[in-house]
Amino acid sequence: MSLLEIENLSVEIDGTPILRDIDLTIDQGEVMGLVGESGSGKSITALTVMRLLPYAARAAGRVSFNGIDILAASEDQMCALRGDDIGMVFQEPMTALNPVKTIGEQVAEGIRWHTRANRADAEAHARRILDRVGLPESKFPLSCYPHELSGGQRQRVVIAIACALKPKLLIADEPTTALDVVLQKQILELLRDLVDENRMGLLLISHDLAVVTDMADRITVMRHGEVMESGDTARTLSEQVHPYTRQLAQASMHVPVRAKPHGVSGSGEMLLEVKNVSRDYPGRRTSFLRKAEPLRAVDNVSFSMRPGQSTALVGRSGCGKSTLARMILALDKSTAGEIRFTGETLTGKDEAALKPARRNMQVVFQDPYGSFNPRHKVERLVAEPLHLLEKKPNSAERREKVAAALHEVGLSPRDMDKYPHEFSGGQRQRLSIARAIITRPKLVVADEPVSALDVSIRAQILDLFADLNSRLGVAYLFITHDLTVARAITDDVMVMHEGKIVESGRTNDVLDHPQSEAAKALVAAAPDLHRAIARRLQEQG
Amino acid sequence: MTAYLLKRLLIGLATLVVASLVVFGVLEILPGDPARLMLGFEATEDAIQALRVEMGLDQPLLWRYLDWVGGLLTLDFGRSYTYSVPVIDLVSERVVVSLPLALIALTLSTAIAIPVGVFSASRRGRPADTISMGAAQVGVAVPNFWFALLLIYVFAVWLRLVPAGGFPGWSAGAWPALKALMLPAVALALPQAAILARVTRSALLEVLGEDYIRTARAKGMPRRTVLWRHALRNAMIPVLTILGLQFAFLLAGTIIIENVFYLPGLGRLVFQAITQRDLIVVESVVMLLVASVIVVNLLVDLSYALVDPRLRVNR
Repeated sequence: MSLLEIENLSVEIDGTPILRDIDLTIDQGEVMGLVGESGSGKSITALTVMRLLPYAARAAGRVSFNGIDILAASEDQMCALRGDDIGMVFQEPMTALNPVKTIGEQVAEGIRWHTRANRADAEAHARRILDRVGLPESKFPLSCYPHELSGGQRQRVVIAIACALKPKLLIADEPTTALDVVLQKQILELLRDLVDENRMGLLLISHDLAVVTDMADRITVMRHGEVMESGDTARTLSEQVHPYTRQLAQASMHVPVRAKPHGVSGSGEMLLEVKNVSRDYPGRRTSFLRKAEPLRAVDNVSFSMRPGQSTALVGRSGCGKSTLARMILALDKSTAGEIRFTGETLTGKDEAALKPARRNMQVVFQDPYGSFNPRHKVERLVAEPLHLLEKKPNSAERREKVAAALHEVGLSPRDMDKYPHEFSGGQRQRLSIARAIITRPKLVVADEPVSALDVSIRAQILDLFADLNSRLGVAYLFITHDLTVARAITDDVMVMHEGKIVESGRTNDVLDHPQSEAAKALVAAAPDLHRAIARRLQEQG
Repeated sequence: MTAYLLKRLLIGLATLVVASLVVFGVLEILPGDPARLMLGFEATEDAIQALRVEMGLDQPLLWRYLDWVGGLLTLDFGRSYTYSVPVIDLVSERVVVSLPLALIALTLSTAIAIPVGVFSASRRGRPADTISMGAAQVGVAVPNFWFALLLIYVFAVWLRLVPAGGFPGWSAGAWPALKALMLPAVALALPQAAILARVTRSALLEVLGEDYIRTARAKGMPRRTVLWRHALRNAMIPVLTILGLQFAFLLAGTIIIENVFYLPGLGRLVFQAITQRDLIVVESVVMLLVASVIVVNLLVDLSYALVDPRLRVNR
């Protein structure tokens, strides 16, 4: 008998079928990878095992954990299981902890609840498990509050909560999706060690095939609420028998064809020149009388870009990538240094004087959900940058321009009269791109433009970026922590670390032979499906 | 934390100064000469002039302002134009009625609202929720004087448990005085409780959708426990905001209830003073209310910081 057995599980919410006939088993000490695109039912499967489904959900079939029939168990029985025998780690570490309770209280709470230990014993236990997940007492006393910790540290606290009582099964739902690659590697290693130490079963949910391949003994591939394929990880992914598995694998390694890589060559004028730019933020006061030490987010950065060039700016979260981008876009003022765009100095200019420059640079943000006003129609949203034009277009011209931009990004001009909620995530990202190119800019700054998208959508959007680059000659500054994306779409790469650019050069050269510590760490931590499959096969001989 | 408090305190003081300028300025602009008013229409011009000098009304504006503020700080509010007694006596006589009334009403409304809000939120969409929120809707809609009349009819006229109105004074003993305040407090508290219960419920429901609630549930705690331990404290910020506003209202906005129950409270004092052009009383009471609102706001800000550690960070 396996630790967890799911047979013919079907779930519907308000009458809409979400899962159909799911079969899945996990043994003790086994890592099961559950992959699939968003909406494929991975999280609902996990929540069914925890019996934490939304109210309106109805589950049928059989879920048996350690011989207990989960679907038939009473709420009291479930409460006894949750947090004791089954632990769960969630995707978003920034919001997974209660902001008004200390980490000590939050870790000790579950321990006290299940073991009836007194406060002192529970706190000692909490201390041990926090030490174990890499949060030593000297820097992270029990009295820390979540807001004092970074995302990766908070995820360690969540793992500590889930693993405090050595559960038999740990469910990790996209545990590293919100973290940068270096943190991702650390968290995954921690999970792997905990599995080995406690002979714990791990259900690892991810949309990232490379991550799952690295970690899982067996994988289950889901799509539209059904299991497409399941089996041994290395074999499933190397043979790619099932067409959907093959599609996923190919999409995650997709490299768009680019007609004119390396931009417009020649020694023409530079599109963008950044000279010795720094940005300080006021630091936190340590004493009432002493002036606070400023935090240097960007430290003496210089680089330049040619027209049509595609450059990646990579680095860990908090390294200053986005601050630098904001200064280039003149959304933030630099503390020192100069930024020149198409030969004009941007730094120190007022909003009116920046208008011509703004026309020539646009931005695409990470979150295709948050970057549109939900109450406006597509026409208005995409036309937004048009106010930067010298001559305001009349309404017919405006519609024409919007239609052209929509056509450019592969949407229909008929979509103009829809609202953003009528589009999927990938389509919305197309809308952001349409908005960015409507003024025919020379530079588009894209801040993690594909990291919120599923692999197949990501491949399409990367194709679109490549296509627009070669057709319209738009230069890109791609801000990303995903080296696969950097490799796929950019000519040059700059590695940023603690506010400085520590390495730069041709993308493939730098990523194949990183010189600086920061670049080496990034490359080593970046999940790579080819390498992961090769290693798996090698391990198995 | 100290910086946070200090900043709040400074903001409070600044507000107080601005308020004093506004109150003084507005009453200065309003027509009606207090000296003429006190002496009546038949008074001679000389007599009025003499009184003006005596009251200091002939002094320059700035001087009078400073004199007034100095008086406020030393609790010397001046003399009432109509009653010719120190304003401080008038006011303190009323505060001992209004302040306990406000405190009792506030305690009652909190004691009713928070359990009802929690109860409703924990049974969202079920009949119990619909019924209690329907009742709250009625409570918000029905004016408090009507409640007051209803209460008088039931408890004073019909059951004869409490007096229908009037206030015996604290000298008559604590129990009779409290008994006299009981009905007005309930009449004030019910509509406030209705609003507060709705706020509590919606704040809780919002918090219950947060990720950390799911984390807490994944620890194995039942829904009810999670609600009390994790959700309630996070939902307190909007509740505290409303509580602060309600206290300010209860202190002075109770004139209708005071009239219904014939209570000698601050609201009626201000009302009389306005109709009688007793500007010095109006000024003093308004300043007192402004000061108490600022103190309450300070307490609310302080309680925010107690509830949410993120607000204790010096910024």
